[in-house]
Amino acid sequence: MLPYLARRMISLALSLLVASLVIFLLVEMVPGDPATFMLGTGAQPETLAALRAQLGLDQPLPVRYASWLLQILSGDLGQSFTYKTPVTGMILDRMQVSLPLALMALALAVLIAFPIGLFAAARRGEAGDTAIMSVTQIGIALPNFWFAMLLVLLFAVRLRWLPAGGFGGWDAPGAALRSLLLPAVALALPQAAILARVLRSALIETMDQDYIRTARAKGLSRGKTLRRHALRNALIPVLTIMGMQFSFLLAGAIIIENVFYLPGLGRMIFQAINQRDLIVVQSAVLVLVAAVIAVTFLVDLAYAAVDPRLRTR
Amino acid sequence: MRWTLILGGILAGLAMLAAALSFLWTPHDVGQMAVASKLQPLSGTYWLGTDHFGRDILSMVMVGARTSIAVAVVAVGIGMGFGVPLGLLAAAGRGGWVDEVIMRGNDLIFAFPSLVIAILITAAFGPSAVNAIIAIGIFNIPVFARVTRGAAMPIWTLDYIRAAQVAGKGRLRISLEHILPNTLNLLIVQGTIQFSLGILAEAGLSYVGLGAQPPTPSWGRMLAEAQTFVTIAPHVAIIPGLCIFATVLGLNLLGDGLRDALDPRLKVMQA
Repeated sequence: MLPYLARRMISLALSLLVASLVIFLLVEMVPGDPATFMLGTGAQPETLAALRAQLGLDQPLPVRYASWLLQILSGDLGQSFTYKTPVTGMILDRMQVSLPLALMALALAVLIAFPIGLFAAARRGEAGDTAIMSVTQIGIALPNFWFAMLLVLLFAVRLRWLPAGGFGGWDAPGAALRSLLLPAVALALPQAAILARVLRSALIETMDQDYIRTARAKGLSRGKTLRRHALRNALIPVLTIMGMQFSFLLAGAIIIENVFYLPGLGRMIFQAINQRDLIVVQSAVLVLVAAVIAVTFLVDLAYAAVDPRLRTR
Repeated sequence: MRWTLILGGILAGLAMLAAALSFLWTPHDVGQMAVASKLQPLSGTYWLGTDHFGRDILSMVMVGARTSIAVAVVAVGIGMGFGVPLGLLAAAGRGGWVDEVIMRGNDLIFAFPSLVIAILITAAFGPSAVNAIIAIGIFNIPVFARVTRGAAMPIWTLDYIRAAQVAGKGRLRISLEHILPNTLNLLIVQGTIQFSLGILAEAGLSYVGLGAQPPTPSWGRMLAEAQTFVTIAPHVAIIPGLCIFATVLGLNLLGDGLRDALDPRLKVMQA
């Protein structure tokens, strides 16, 4: 296990390094000078040069990359050009919206997907299975931002049950949860459809295994076999997908955050790109990528710990 | 024929047909604004009503289909063009450093939040349909590389490949002559799925203003513009959304149906 761990750690560090370089170069390519953006086009050339020097923008590219990297390694994500506040604080602030939203959406997706997937797998090939699989096709094809608009139209405009957008903060937890409910549903439904399909096929694959046949031969009922033996073994691909979905929900909610005017992480990155607040974009994207890489790494480790065959690869 | 194949073919075919027809004919001029007849409901003159500038929605939807399909097709082309050779290469050098580098590179691209990077790319190079294509296409590359490698690996262990090796064929020739043709089925299925994902991605990008720029109509931007009027004239938002939905659904069903029709393994299981 130890050589495997060492190999994976090196690969993890390399991935993070390459990721940081790619992000840095991409952000470098965004046209527009942050200093001009902050001072306006009417600014004096001397003032611009002074601000550029203050922000470190006059340094050559490799120097800037190296100093950004060193800064991050010391735990400092830098300061926003626009708001003059630490990026770490800004990310934590936005996480108060993005994290609960992603968790709510994932929880909803699981609550919808598991019963449906189990039901379909248990009735594989029957009418109920076909019907459910058709419904999941609809869920996957729904553009979530369009679905969000329809939800607003029905629940906010017509029925007036829930707010159409905005977020008032966690001082009023009830209102905060209510503002996150429609976006969470809009995000959850397509994810639930994907999850249900993955769960169903994983279950069906497991049900073909010999040990399941043994369990059935022992006299265990079909439903009990499914829940007690197949479900646990089918969970590996399902958990992988859930991990990927969670990171998608954390950052990929940009469009939904735009529909509902939510001050989340995705919207912060989107606004920072528009304001040429490059350090915010750079650091926030790196944090997201690092999170995904770290989660993948942990999932791989967990698999390798459970299944020794995977360690030799 | 499975019903998924038929229904999927009809829905996807309709979108293609609308796009093709829009080159020759649209009910009204797409760019023509008539503020006097803005936000009209569905009628004999305007079959699908008009938007907030009085433009004919049916005409816009037809030309918008062109944008969506073109972006998605080229993005799939980019993904296949780079991904398939990479996948073949990785499979040919399986276990070696070439394989390792390609697969780790793949993992790396998968780790990037695709939408955020697509937004960054379109911000870096300016919002346009071409840059949307590139942004979507890049994320198709690892998908095709992985599918190709996965499909090619088991073929490399088969006897007839060994026979070809004994006959003196090199890895490159075997990859092109024997491996590639046998992975085509899977690639067609994956291509259909990526096509539908591309349509969704294009809609998302143009919804936030980073896809095709005005006056080129696109389904995503129609939705964004409709958002303000959704309470007064819901059809303005419902129609372009339905178009995206129907096209994506059609392509997904088509992909499913093709998988069932092309995958001999599934046929055995059904028999």
